[in-house]
Amino acid sequence: MEQIVILSGKGGTGKTVISAALAALAPNKVMVDCDVDAADLHLLLHPQVRERREFRSGVTAVIDEKLCVKCRKCILACRFGAISDDFKVKDVSCEGCGLCGHICPYGAVRMEENLSGEWFISETRYGPFVHARLGVAQENSGKLVAKIKEAAKEIAEARSLDYMIVDGPPGIGCPVIASLSGADKALIVTEPTLSGLHDAQRVAEAAGHFKVPVCLVINKYDLNQAMTEKIGSFCKERGIPLIGRIAFDKAVVEALVAGKTVIEVPPSQAADEIMKIWQRLK
Amino acid sequence: MIISIASGKGGTGKTTVAVNLALSLDSVQFLDCDVEEPNAHLFLKPLIKDTARTCVSVPEIDHSKCTYCGECRQVCAYNAIAVLPGKEDKGGSVLVFPHLCHGCGACSMLCPQGAIREVNKEIGTIESGQAGKVLFVHGRLDVGEAMSPPLIRQVKKYTDPSRTVIIDAPPGTSCPVITAVKDSDFCVLVTEPTPFGLNDLALAVEMLRKLEIPFGVVINRCDIGDGKVEEYCGREGIRILMKIPFSREIAAAYSEGIPMVSMEALYKEKFTGLYLDICKVRDGTDSNS
Ligand code: SF4
Ligand code: SF4
Ligand code: SF4
Ligand code: SF4
Repeated sequence: MEQIVILSGKGGTGKTVISAALAALAPNKVMVDCDVDAADLHLLLHPQVRERREFRSGVTAVIDEKLCVKCRKCILACRFGAISDDFKVKDVSCEGCGLCGHICPYGAVRMEENLSGEWFISETRYGPFVHARLGVAQENSGKLVAKIKEAAKEIAEARSLDYMIVDGPPGIGCPVIASLSGADKALIVTEPTLSGLHDAQRVAEAAGHFKVPVCLVINKYDLNQAMTEKIGSFCKERGIPLIGRIAFDKAVVEALVAGKTVIEVPPSQAADEIMKIWQRLK
Repeated sequence: MIISIASGKGGTGKTTVAVNLALSLDSVQFLDCDVEEPNAHLFLKPLIKDTARTCVSVPEIDHSKCTYCGECRQVCAYNAIAVLPGKEDKGGSVLVFPHLCHGCGACSMLCPQGAIREVNKEIGTIESGQAGKVLFVHGRLDVGEAMSPPLIRQVKKYTDPSRTVIIDAPPGTSCPVITAVKDSDFCVLVTEPTPFGLNDLALAVEMLRKLEIPFGVVINRCDIGDGKVEEYCGREGIRILMKIPFSREIAAAYSEGIPMVSMEALYKEKFTGLYLDICKVRDGTDSNS
Protein backbone atom coordinates (compact mmCIF):
# COMPACT_ATOMS: atom_id res chain seq x y z
CA MET A 1 0.00 0.00 0.00
CA GLU A 2 1.30 3.41 -0.92
CA GLN A 3 0.59 6.37 1.32
CA ILE A 4 0.41 9.75 -0.44
CA VAL A 5 0.04 12.91 1.64
CA ILE A 6 -1.09 16.17 0.07
CA LEU A 7 0.30 19.24 1.81
CA SER A 8 0.44 22.94 1.13
CA GLY A 9 2.01 24.88 3.95
CA LYS A 10 -0.41 27.73 3.73
CA GLY A 11 -4.06 26.84 3.28
CA GLY A 12 -6.29 27.80 0.41
CA THR A 13 -3.95 26.72 -2.35
CA GLY A 14 -6.42 24.14 -3.60
CA LYS A 15 -5.01 21.28 -1.59
CA THR A 16 -8.40 19.80 -0.72
CA VAL A 17 -9.80 20.22 -4.22
CA ILE A 18 -6.78 18.36 -5.59
CA SER A 19 -6.95 15.72 -2.85
CA ALA A 20 -10.58 15.09 -3.74
CA ALA A 21 -9.77 14.83 -7.44
CA LEU A 22 -6.92 12.40 -6.76
CA ALA A 23 -9.23 10.44 -4.51
CA ALA A 24 -11.63 10.16 -7.44
CA LEU A 25 -8.85 8.99 -9.77
CA ALA A 26 -6.90 6.54 -7.63
CA PRO A 27 -8.15 2.95 -7.78
CA ASN A 28 -8.50 0.79 -4.62
CA LYS A 29 -7.89 3.39 -2.00
CA VAL A 30 -8.84 4.68 1.37
CA MET A 31 -9.08 8.43 1.88
CA VAL A 32 -8.19 10.31 5.04
CA ASP A 33 -8.84 13.91 5.97
CA CYS A 34 -6.02 14.87 8.32
CA ASP A 35 -6.92 18.55 8.33
CA VAL A 36 -8.85 17.85 11.52
CA ASP A 37 -9.00 21.49 12.60
CA ALA A 38 -10.81 22.58 9.49
CA ALA A 39 -11.93 19.41 7.79
CA ASP A 40 -13.41 20.13 4.37
CA LEU A 41 -12.97 17.03 2.26
CA HIS A 42 -16.30 15.63 3.45
CA LEU A 43 -18.04 18.52 1.69
CA LEU A 44 -16.98 16.97 -1.63
CA LEU A 45 -17.10 13.28 -0.73
CA HIS A 46 -20.50 13.32 1.06
CA PRO A 47 -19.70 10.43 3.39
CA GLN A 48 -22.25 7.97 4.80
CA VAL A 49 -20.99 7.56 8.34
CA ARG A 50 -20.73 3.87 9.30
CA GLU A 51 -18.84 4.13 12.57
CA ARG A 52 -18.56 7.01 14.96
CA ARG A 53 -15.97 7.09 17.75
CA GLU A 54 -15.24 9.53 20.52
CA PHE A 55 -11.82 11.05 20.74
CA ARG A 56 -10.83 11.60 24.33
CA SER A 57 -7.58 13.23 24.97
CA GLY A 58 -6.01 15.19 27.72
CA VAL A 59 -7.51 16.43 30.93
CA THR A 60 -8.60 19.75 32.39
CA ALA A 61 -8.30 20.80 36.01
CA VAL A 62 -11.42 21.54 38.04
CA ILE A 63 -11.28 23.18 41.46
CA ASP A 64 -13.78 22.11 44.09
CA GLU A 65 -14.95 25.32 45.76
CA LYS A 66 -15.92 23.51 48.91
CA LEU A 67 -12.43 22.15 49.51
CA CYS A 68 -10.40 25.11 48.28
CA VAL A 69 -9.06 27.42 51.02
CA LYS A 70 -7.87 30.04 48.54
CA CYS A 71 -4.19 29.72 49.40
CA ARG A 72 -3.21 30.70 45.85
CA LYS A 73 -0.53 28.00 45.58
CA CYS A 74 -2.01 26.67 42.36
CA ILE A 75 -2.29 30.12 40.80
CA LEU A 76 1.39 30.73 41.42
CA ALA A 77 2.45 27.33 40.15
CA CYS A 78 0.47 27.21 36.92
CA ARG A 79 2.74 28.21 34.06
CA PHE A 80 -0.14 28.77 31.67
CA GLY A 81 -2.01 31.40 33.66
CA ALA A 82 -5.01 29.11 33.60
CA ILE A 83 -6.35 29.75 37.11
CA SER A 84 -8.14 33.02 37.66
CA ASP A 85 -7.98 35.16 40.79
CA ASP A 86 -11.36 33.85 41.85
CA PHE A 87 -10.01 30.26 41.79
CA LYS A 88 -11.66 29.06 38.61
CA VAL A 89 -9.83 27.14 35.91
CA LYS A 90 -10.14 28.66 32.46
CA ASP A 91 -10.79 25.68 30.18
CA VAL A 92 -9.21 27.19 27.12
CA SER A 93 -5.95 28.01 28.88
CA CYS A 94 -5.51 24.86 30.93
CA GLU A 95 -3.01 22.49 29.34
CA GLY A 96 -3.92 19.66 31.68
CA CYS A 97 -0.44 19.27 33.11
CA GLY A 98 -1.85 18.37 36.51
CA LEU A 99 0.69 20.38 38.49
CA CYS A 100 -2.01 22.26 40.42
CA GLY A 101 -3.55 18.95 41.49
CA HIS A 102 -0.21 17.63 42.69
CA ILE A 103 0.61 20.64 44.81
CA CYS A 104 -2.78 21.60 46.24
CA PRO A 105 -2.43 20.85 49.97
CA TYR A 106 -6.18 20.33 50.34
CA GLY A 107 -6.91 17.95 47.50
CA ALA A 108 -9.25 20.53 45.99
CA VAL A 109 -8.27 19.92 42.38
CA ARG A 110 -9.47 17.05 40.29
CA MET A 111 -8.60 16.34 36.67
CA GLU A 112 -11.42 15.64 34.24
CA GLU A 113 -11.00 13.92 30.90
CA ASN A 114 -11.79 16.03 27.82
CA LEU A 115 -14.08 14.89 25.09
CA SER A 116 -11.98 16.50 22.37
CA GLY A 117 -13.73 15.38 19.25
CA GLU A 118 -15.15 12.60 17.18
CA TRP A 119 -13.90 10.57 14.28
CA PHE A 120 -15.70 8.59 11.68
CA ILE A 121 -15.28 5.68 9.34
CA SER A 122 -17.48 6.29 6.33
CA GLU A 123 -18.32 5.00 2.90
CA THR A 124 -18.33 7.29 -0.13
CA ARG A 125 -18.90 6.90 -3.83
CA TYR A 126 -15.11 6.52 -4.09
CA GLY A 127 -14.59 4.03 -1.29
CA PRO A 128 -13.81 4.16 2.40
CA PHE A 129 -13.06 7.49 4.04
CA VAL A 130 -11.77 8.21 7.53
CA HIS A 131 -12.34 11.70 8.89
CA ALA A 132 -12.71 13.57 12.12
CA ARG A 133 -14.05 16.60 13.83
CA LEU A 134 -11.90 18.12 16.50
CA GLY A 135 -13.91 20.10 19.01
CA VAL A 136 -13.36 23.81 18.88
CA ALA A 137 -10.59 25.05 21.15
CA GLN A 138 -9.24 21.54 21.59
CA GLU A 139 -5.64 20.54 21.50
CA ASN A 140 -3.88 17.40 20.41
CA SER A 141 -4.79 17.54 16.77
CA GLY A 142 -1.53 15.66 16.18
CA LYS A 143 -2.81 12.74 18.22
CA LEU A 144 -6.13 12.70 16.41
CA VAL A 145 -4.30 12.70 13.07
CA ALA A 146 -2.20 9.74 14.19
CA LYS A 147 -5.34 7.94 15.29
CA ILE A 148 -7.32 8.32 12.08
CA LYS A 149 -4.30 7.41 9.97
CA GLU A 150 -3.93 4.24 11.98
CA ALA A 151 -7.60 3.42 11.40
CA ALA A 152 -7.18 4.03 7.67
CA LYS A 153 -4.15 1.79 7.59
CA GLU A 154 -6.13 -1.02 9.19
CA ILE A 155 -8.87 -0.63 6.60
CA ALA A 156 -6.28 -0.64 3.80
CA GLU A 157 -4.75 -3.83 5.13
CA ALA A 158 -8.05 -5.59 5.78
CA ARG A 159 -9.30 -4.83 2.27
CA SER A 160 -5.88 -5.11 0.55
CA LEU A 161 -6.10 -1.62 -0.87
CA ASP A 162 -3.33 -0.10 -2.98
CA TYR A 163 -3.42 3.54 -1.96
CA MET A 164 -4.03 5.77 0.99
CA ILE A 165 -4.74 9.36 -0.07
CA VAL A 166 -4.23 11.81 2.78
CA ASP A 167 -5.46 15.41 2.73
CA GLY A 168 -2.91 16.95 5.07
CA PRO A 169 -3.19 19.84 7.51
CA PRO A 170 -1.72 23.29 6.90
CA GLY A 171 1.47 24.52 8.55
CA ILE A 172 4.49 22.55 9.64
CA GLY A 173 3.60 21.82 13.28
CA CYS A 174 2.41 18.78 15.19
CA PRO A 175 -0.47 17.64 12.94
CA VAL A 176 1.73 17.90 9.84
CA ILE A 177 4.44 15.87 11.49
CA ALA A 178 1.84 13.26 12.45
CA SER A 179 0.47 13.15 8.90
CA LEU A 180 3.95 12.69 7.41
CA SER A 181 4.79 9.78 9.63
CA GLY A 182 4.68 6.60 7.58
CA ALA A 183 4.04 8.46 4.31
CA ASP A 184 5.65 7.20 1.10
CA LYS A 185 5.26 10.45 -0.82
CA ALA A 186 4.26 14.01 -0.16
CA LEU A 187 2.66 16.15 -2.86
CA ILE A 188 2.99 19.85 -2.17
CA VAL A 189 0.34 22.08 -3.70
CA THR A 190 1.43 25.67 -4.02
CA GLU A 191 0.41 28.92 -5.70
CA PRO A 192 2.62 31.24 -7.71
CA THR A 193 2.85 33.86 -4.98
CA LEU A 194 5.68 34.98 -2.76
CA SER A 195 3.99 33.44 0.25
CA GLY A 196 3.25 30.27 -1.73
CA LEU A 197 6.91 29.88 -2.55
CA HIS A 198 7.97 30.72 0.98
CA ASP A 199 5.59 28.16 2.49
CA ALA A 200 6.42 25.46 -0.07
CA GLN A 201 10.06 25.79 0.93
CA ARG A 202 9.20 25.30 4.57
CA VAL A 203 6.96 22.27 3.97
CA ALA A 204 9.53 20.72 1.62
CA GLU A 205 12.07 21.17 4.39
CA ALA A 206 9.73 19.58 6.94
CA ALA A 207 9.08 16.61 4.66
CA GLY A 208 12.81 16.31 4.03
CA HIS A 209 13.39 16.38 7.77
CA PHE A 210 11.22 13.27 8.06
CA LYS A 211 12.76 11.71 4.96
CA VAL A 212 9.55 11.67 2.92
CA PRO A 213 10.19 12.21 -0.82
CA VAL A 214 8.32 15.22 -2.20
CA CYS A 215 6.99 16.40 -5.53
CA LEU A 216 5.22 19.64 -6.27
CA VAL A 217 2.28 21.07 -8.19
CA ILE A 218 1.64 24.74 -8.96
CA ASN A 219 -2.01 25.66 -8.84
CA LYS A 220 -3.35 28.74 -10.70
CA TYR A 221 0.10 28.99 -12.26
CA ASP A 222 -1.05 31.58 -14.81
CA LEU A 223 -1.80 34.19 -12.11
CA ASN A 224 1.90 35.02 -12.08
CA GLN A 225 4.17 33.46 -14.69
CA ALA A 226 7.34 34.98 -13.27
CA MET A 227 6.65 33.51 -9.85
CA THR A 228 5.78 30.17 -11.45
CA GLU A 229 9.24 30.18 -13.00
CA LYS A 230 10.80 31.05 -9.66
CA ILE A 231 9.06 28.09 -8.03
CA GLY A 232 10.19 25.97 -10.96
CA SER A 233 13.82 26.87 -10.41
CA PHE A 234 13.47 26.31 -6.68
CA CYS A 235 12.29 22.79 -7.52
CA LYS A 236 15.18 22.22 -9.87
CA GLU A 237 17.69 23.41 -7.28
CA ARG A 238 16.33 21.07 -4.65
CA GLY A 239 15.78 18.19 -7.02
CA ILE A 240 12.04 18.26 -6.36
CA PRO A 241 10.05 16.93 -9.34
CA LEU A 242 7.55 19.54 -10.54
CA ILE A 243 4.78 17.26 -11.75
CA GLY A 244 2.06 19.63 -12.81
CA ARG A 245 0.83 23.15 -13.44
CA ILE A 246 -2.87 23.85 -13.19
CA ALA A 247 -4.29 26.99 -14.75
CA PHE A 248 -6.80 29.20 -12.93
CA ASP A 249 -10.09 27.65 -13.92
CA LYS A 250 -13.61 28.77 -12.93
CA ALA A 251 -14.70 25.13 -13.22
CA VAL A 252 -12.88 24.48 -9.92
CA VAL A 253 -15.04 26.88 -7.91
CA GLU A 254 -18.17 25.81 -9.77
CA ALA A 255 -17.54 22.16 -8.93
CA LEU A 256 -16.85 23.16 -5.33
CA VAL A 257 -20.10 25.09 -5.02
CA ALA A 258 -21.92 22.07 -6.48
CA GLY A 259 -20.25 19.84 -3.88
CA LYS A 260 -18.46 17.76 -6.52
CA THR A 261 -14.90 16.93 -7.44
CA VAL A 262 -13.58 18.66 -10.52
CA ILE A 263 -13.38 15.26 -12.22
CA GLU A 264 -17.16 14.81 -12.06
CA VAL A 265 -18.26 18.02 -13.72
CA PRO A 266 -18.04 18.64 -17.49
CA PRO A 267 -14.46 18.28 -18.75
CA SER A 268 -12.22 21.18 -17.85
CA GLN A 269 -8.60 22.12 -18.27
CA ALA A 270 -8.01 21.73 -14.54
CA ALA A 271 -9.43 18.19 -14.58
CA ASP A 272 -7.21 17.21 -17.54
CA GLU A 273 -4.12 18.47 -15.79
CA ILE A 274 -4.98 16.70 -12.54
CA MET A 275 -5.38 13.45 -14.48
CA LYS A 276 -1.87 13.90 -15.84
CA ILE A 277 -0.62 14.68 -12.35
CA TRP A 278 -2.08 11.43 -11.11
CA GLN A 279 -0.29 9.51 -13.88
CA ARG A 280 3.03 11.07 -12.87
CA LEU A 281 2.41 10.69 -9.17
CA LYS A 282 1.42 7.07 -8.89
CA MET B 1 -6.88 48.05 21.18
CA ILE B 2 -5.75 44.60 20.11
CA ILE B 3 -7.35 43.37 16.88
CA SER B 4 -6.61 39.85 15.74
CA ILE B 5 -7.21 38.66 12.21
CA ALA B 6 -8.09 34.99 11.91
CA SER B 7 -9.82 32.55 9.62
CA GLY B 8 -11.07 29.01 10.02
CA LYS B 9 -8.99 28.00 7.07
CA GLY B 10 -5.86 29.32 5.45
CA GLY B 11 -5.63 31.08 2.12
CA THR B 12 -8.76 33.14 2.57
CA GLY B 13 -6.85 36.39 2.61
CA LYS B 14 -6.24 36.71 6.32
CA THR B 15 -2.75 38.15 5.90
CA THR B 16 -3.98 40.46 3.13
CA VAL B 17 -6.59 41.96 5.46
CA ALA B 18 -4.14 42.21 8.37
CA VAL B 19 -1.45 43.92 6.32
CA ASN B 20 -3.76 46.35 4.54
CA LEU B 21 -5.48 47.29 7.77
CA ALA B 22 -2.11 47.95 9.39
CA LEU B 23 -1.03 50.16 6.49
CA SER B 24 -4.23 52.20 6.67
CA LEU B 25 -3.94 53.28 10.29
CA ASP B 26 -1.63 55.48 12.34
CA SER B 27 0.36 54.22 15.27
CA VAL B 28 0.19 50.52 14.60
CA GLN B 29 2.09 47.54 15.83
CA PHE B 30 1.92 44.37 13.77
CA LEU B 31 2.48 40.97 15.38
CA ASP B 32 2.69 38.06 12.96
CA CYS B 33 1.71 35.12 15.15
CA ASP B 34 1.35 32.69 12.26
CA VAL B 35 4.72 31.32 13.33
CA GLU B 36 4.50 28.14 11.28
CA GLU B 37 4.13 30.13 8.07
CA PRO B 38 4.91 33.78 8.78
CA ASN B 39 4.18 35.71 5.61
CA ALA B 40 3.27 39.28 6.52
CA HIS B 41 6.89 40.38 6.18
CA LEU B 42 6.67 39.63 2.47
CA PHE B 43 4.17 42.47 2.13
CA LEU B 44 5.30 44.86 4.84
CA LYS B 45 9.01 44.42 4.03
CA PRO B 46 10.19 45.53 7.46
CA LEU B 47 13.72 46.53 8.32
CA ILE B 48 14.66 44.00 10.96
CA LYS B 49 16.58 45.55 13.81
CA ASP B 50 16.57 42.81 16.40
CA THR B 51 16.75 39.06 16.14
CA ALA B 52 16.34 36.86 19.17
CA ARG B 53 16.25 33.10 19.52
CA THR B 54 13.34 31.87 21.65
CA CYS B 55 13.57 29.06 24.08
CA VAL B 56 11.31 26.85 26.08
CA SER B 57 12.49 25.24 29.27
CA VAL B 58 12.93 21.51 29.37
CA PRO B 59 14.10 19.40 32.29
CA GLU B 60 17.67 18.23 32.75
CA ILE B 61 18.43 15.47 35.20
CA ASP B 62 21.33 15.60 37.61
CA HIS B 63 22.24 11.93 37.63
CA SER B 64 24.36 12.27 40.75
CA LYS B 65 21.25 13.20 42.77
CA CYS B 66 18.63 11.06 41.05
CA THR B 67 17.49 7.89 42.82
CA TYR B 68 15.37 6.69 39.89
CA CYS B 69 12.26 6.81 42.06
CA GLY B 70 10.01 7.39 39.04
CA GLU B 71 8.10 10.34 40.52
CA CYS B 72 8.87 12.60 37.56
CA ARG B 73 7.56 10.04 35.08
CA GLN B 74 4.37 9.74 37.10
CA VAL B 75 3.65 13.43 37.27
CA CYS B 76 4.44 14.21 33.64
CA ALA B 77 1.07 14.34 31.89
CA TYR B 78 2.67 14.22 28.44
CA ASN B 79 4.91 11.15 28.74
CA ALA B 80 7.93 13.33 28.18
CA ILE B 81 10.05 11.48 30.75
CA ALA B 82 10.96 7.81 31.04
CA VAL B 83 12.70 6.33 34.07
CA LEU B 84 14.52 3.00 33.99
CA PRO B 85 15.20 1.88 37.55
CA GLY B 86 18.72 0.68 38.30
CA LYS B 87 19.62 -2.97 38.84
CA GLU B 88 22.17 -4.24 41.37
CA ASP B 89 25.19 -3.96 39.14
CA LYS B 90 24.02 -1.09 36.97
CA GLY B 91 22.72 2.42 37.54
CA GLY B 92 19.31 3.41 36.20
CA SER B 93 18.61 6.17 33.76
CA VAL B 94 16.15 8.95 33.09
CA LEU B 95 15.32 9.96 29.54
CA VAL B 96 13.71 13.25 28.60
CA PHE B 97 11.87 13.68 25.28
CA PRO B 98 12.01 17.43 24.70
CA HIS B 99 9.55 17.33 21.79
CA LEU B 100 6.79 16.09 24.06
CA CYS B 101 7.55 18.46 26.94
CA HIS B 102 5.08 21.31 27.52
CA GLY B 103 7.38 23.03 30.01
CA CYS B 104 4.83 22.83 32.80
CA GLY B 105 7.50 22.54 35.51
CA ALA B 106 5.78 19.70 37.38
CA CYS B 107 8.76 17.34 37.29
CA SER B 108 11.31 19.81 38.58
CA MET B 109 8.98 21.07 41.28
CA LEU B 110 7.99 17.63 42.50
CA CYS B 111 11.23 15.65 42.26
CA PRO B 112 11.89 14.64 45.87
CA GLN B 113 15.67 14.81 45.37
CA GLY B 114 15.83 18.18 43.69
CA ALA B 115 17.57 16.40 40.85
CA ILE B 116 15.84 18.25 38.02
CA ARG B 117 16.67 21.71 36.81
CA GLU B 118 15.26 23.40 33.77
CA VAL B 119 17.42 24.31 30.83
CA ASN B 120 16.61 26.22 27.69
CA LYS B 121 15.88 24.61 24.38
CA GLU B 122 15.63 26.77 21.28
CA ILE B 123 12.43 26.47 19.25
CA GLY B 124 12.38 29.47 16.99
CA THR B 125 13.34 33.03 16.20
CA ILE B 126 11.66 36.34 16.85
CA GLU B 127 12.54 39.27 14.64
CA SER B 128 11.44 42.81 15.26
CA GLY B 129 11.85 46.03 13.41
CA GLN B 130 9.97 48.66 11.52
CA ALA B 131 8.06 48.84 8.28
CA GLY B 132 7.49 52.51 7.55
CA LYS B 133 5.36 53.72 10.46
CA VAL B 134 4.42 50.21 11.49
CA LEU B 135 6.26 48.50 14.33
CA PHE B 136 6.75 44.93 13.25
CA VAL B 137 7.35 41.67 15.12
CA HIS B 138 7.18 38.12 13.88
CA GLY B 139 8.09 34.67 15.10
CA ARG B 140 9.36 31.81 13.03
CA LEU B 141 9.13 28.27 14.33
CA ASP B 142 12.15 26.06 13.63
CA VAL B 143 11.39 23.32 11.12
CA GLY B 144 10.85 20.02 12.92
CA GLU B 145 9.50 21.71 16.06
CA ALA B 146 5.99 20.57 16.92
CA MET B 147 4.78 23.17 19.37
CA SER B 148 4.06 26.70 18.28
CA PRO B 149 2.06 28.09 21.26
CA PRO B 150 5.12 28.87 23.42
CA LEU B 151 6.63 30.87 20.56
CA ILE B 152 3.31 32.65 19.94
CA ARG B 153 3.16 33.61 23.62
CA GLN B 154 6.66 35.07 23.29
CA VAL B 155 5.72 37.12 20.24
CA LYS B 156 2.69 38.47 22.11
CA LYS B 157 4.94 39.68 24.92
CA TYR B 158 6.10 42.40 22.51
CA THR B 159 2.60 43.96 22.59
CA ASP B 160 2.80 47.74 22.84
CA PRO B 161 -0.47 48.85 24.47
CA SER B 162 0.00 52.47 23.40
CA ARG B 163 -0.61 51.43 19.78
CA THR B 164 -3.30 49.69 17.80
CA VAL B 165 -2.01 46.14 17.79
CA ILE B 166 -2.81 43.94 14.81
CA ILE B 167 -2.27 40.23 15.26
CA ASP B 168 -2.07 37.96 12.24
CA ALA B 169 -3.22 34.66 13.75
CA PRO B 170 -2.53 31.18 12.36
CA PRO B 171 -5.40 29.49 10.51
CA GLY B 172 -7.70 26.90 12.09
CA THR B 173 -9.41 26.67 15.47
CA SER B 174 -6.98 24.74 17.64
CA CYS B 175 -4.21 25.45 20.13
CA PRO B 176 -2.03 27.87 18.13
CA VAL B 177 -4.98 30.03 17.03
CA ILE B 178 -6.40 30.23 20.50
CA THR B 179 -3.04 31.24 21.90
CA ALA B 180 -2.83 33.97 19.27
CA VAL B 181 -6.33 35.47 19.55
CA LYS B 182 -6.74 35.18 23.31
CA ASP B 183 -6.84 38.61 25.00
CA SER B 184 -7.80 40.38 21.77
CA ASP B 185 -10.41 43.11 22.04
CA PHE B 186 -11.81 42.21 18.66
CA CYS B 187 -11.31 39.53 16.07
CA VAL B 188 -11.85 39.87 12.33
CA LEU B 189 -12.70 36.57 10.64
CA VAL B 190 -11.78 36.40 7.00
CA THR B 191 -13.65 33.95 4.82
CA GLU B 192 -14.69 33.29 1.23
CA PRO B 193 -18.14 32.49 -0.13
CA THR B 194 -17.63 28.77 -0.86
CA PRO B 195 -18.80 25.65 0.97
CA PHE B 196 -15.28 25.30 2.42
CA GLY B 197 -15.25 28.90 3.55
CA LEU B 198 -18.65 28.55 5.22
CA ASN B 199 -17.78 25.30 6.96
CA ASP B 200 -14.58 26.74 8.40
CA LEU B 201 -16.17 30.07 9.27
CA ALA B 202 -18.78 28.32 11.41
CA LEU B 203 -16.00 26.56 13.35
CA ALA B 204 -14.14 29.82 13.89
CA VAL B 205 -17.35 31.49 15.08
CA GLU B 206 -17.86 28.71 17.59
CA MET B 207 -14.32 29.22 18.83
CA LEU B 208 -14.68 32.98 19.30
CA ARG B 209 -18.01 32.58 21.09
CA LYS B 210 -16.32 30.21 23.46
CA LEU B 211 -13.49 32.67 24.03
CA GLU B 212 -16.03 35.51 24.39
CA ILE B 213 -14.21 37.75 21.94
CA PRO B 214 -16.37 40.15 19.88
CA PHE B 215 -15.97 39.59 16.15
CA GLY B 216 -17.09 40.43 12.65
CA VAL B 217 -16.59 38.94 9.20
CA VAL B 218 -14.77 40.04 6.06
CA ILE B 219 -15.76 38.19 2.88
CA ASN B 220 -12.90 37.98 0.43
CA ARG B 221 -13.41 37.23 -3.27
CA CYS B 222 -17.06 37.95 -2.51
CA ASP B 223 -18.15 37.63 -6.14
CA ILE B 224 -17.04 34.05 -6.74
CA GLY B 225 -18.96 31.22 -5.11
CA ASP B 226 -22.43 31.41 -3.62
CA GLY B 227 -24.48 33.43 -1.16
CA LYS B 228 -24.50 30.94 1.70
CA VAL B 229 -21.93 32.76 3.82
CA GLU B 230 -24.06 35.90 3.83
CA GLU B 231 -27.18 33.89 4.64
CA TYR B 232 -25.35 32.28 7.52
CA CYS B 233 -24.15 35.62 8.91
CA GLY B 234 -27.67 37.00 8.61
CA ARG B 235 -29.12 34.05 10.50
CA GLU B 236 -26.50 34.20 13.22
CA GLY B 237 -26.64 37.98 13.62
CA ILE B 238 -23.00 38.36 12.63
CA ARG B 239 -21.89 41.69 11.27
CA ILE B 240 -20.29 41.62 7.80
CA LEU B 241 -17.64 44.31 8.03
CA MET B 242 -16.36 44.34 4.48
CA LYS B 243 -16.53 42.58 1.14
CA ILE B 244 -13.57 42.41 -1.20
CA PRO B 245 -14.32 41.45 -4.81
CA PHE B 246 -12.03 39.13 -6.74
CA SER B 247 -9.72 41.04 -9.02
CA ARG B 248 -6.93 39.65 -11.15
CA GLU B 249 -5.10 42.88 -10.48
CA ILE B 250 -5.17 42.44 -6.71
CA ALA B 251 -4.25 38.78 -7.11
CA ALA B 252 -1.29 39.59 -9.33
CA ALA B 253 -0.08 42.35 -7.00
CA TYR B 254 -0.53 40.02 -4.05
CA SER B 255 1.60 37.39 -5.72
CA GLU B 256 4.44 39.92 -5.92
CA GLY B 257 4.04 40.98 -2.31
CA ILE B 258 2.35 44.30 -3.10
CA PRO B 259 -0.45 45.25 -0.69
CA MET B 260 -3.62 46.57 -2.31
CA VAL B 261 -3.70 49.82 -0.32
CA SER B 262 -0.54 50.90 -2.06
CA MET B 263 -2.27 50.42 -5.43
CA GLU B 264 -5.26 52.69 -5.01
CA ALA B 265 -6.36 55.32 -2.49
CA LEU B 266 -9.86 53.87 -2.54
CA TYR B 267 -8.67 50.69 -0.84
CA LYS B 268 -7.06 52.65 1.94
CA GLU B 269 -10.35 54.41 2.61
CA LYS B 270 -12.11 51.06 2.77
CA PHE B 271 -9.67 49.73 5.34
CA THR B 272 -9.85 52.88 7.45
CA GLY B 273 -13.62 52.40 7.31
CA LEU B 274 -13.16 48.81 8.43
CA TYR B 275 -11.30 50.04 11.48
CA LEU B 276 -14.00 52.55 12.35
CA ASP B 277 -16.63 49.82 11.99
CA ILE B 278 -14.65 47.58 14.32
CA CYS B 279 -14.59 50.34 16.92
CA LYS B 280 -18.34 50.81 16.57
CA VAL B 281 -19.19 47.12 16.81
CA ARG B 282 -16.89 46.76 19.78
CA ASP B 283 -18.34 49.71 21.64
CA GLY B 284 -21.84 48.44 20.94
CA THR B 285 -22.85 51.69 19.28
CA ASP B 286 -23.72 49.85 16.11
CA SER B 287 -27.36 48.97 15.75
CA ASN B 288 -26.71 46.13 13.29
CA SER B 289 -24.42 44.16 15.54
S1 SF4 C 1 -3.84 25.18 45.87
FE1 SF4 C 1 -5.77 24.14 46.36
S2 SF4 C 1 -6.53 25.17 48.15
FE2 SF4 C 1 -4.93 26.46 47.31
S3 SF4 C 1 -6.03 27.90 46.02
FE3 SF4 C 1 -5.43 26.22 44.73
S4 SF4 C 1 -7.16 24.81 44.76
FE4 SF4 C 1 -7.44 26.22 46.43
S1 SF4 D 1 -3.57 21.45 35.08
FE1 SF4 D 1 -1.71 22.61 34.68
S2 SF4 D 1 -2.38 24.10 33.15
FE2 SF4 D 1 -4.23 23.29 34.05
S3 SF4 D 1 -4.69 24.72 35.68
FE3 SF4 D 1 -3.50 23.06 36.58
S4 SF4 D 1 -1.40 23.82 36.54
FE4 SF4 D 1 -2.57 25.08 35.12
S1 SF4 E 1 11.74 12.34 40.37
FE1 SF4 E 1 13.83 13.03 40.59
S2 SF4 E 1 14.82 11.40 41.71
FE2 SF4 E 1 12.92 10.55 40.95
S3 SF4 E 1 13.48 9.62 39.01
FE3 SF4 E 1 12.84 11.67 38.55
S4 SF4 E 1 14.69 12.88 38.56
FE4 SF4 E 1 15.15 10.97 39.57
S1 SF4 F 1 8.20 20.12 32.45
FE1 SF4 F 1 6.20 19.13 32.52
S2 SF4 F 1 5.92 18.37 30.46
FE2 SF4 F 1 8.09 18.80 30.67
S3 SF4 F 1 8.95 16.87 31.29
FE3 SF4 F 1 8.52 18.02 33.16
S4 SF4 F 1 6.50 17.32 33.76
FE4 SF4 F 1 6.77 16.68 31.65
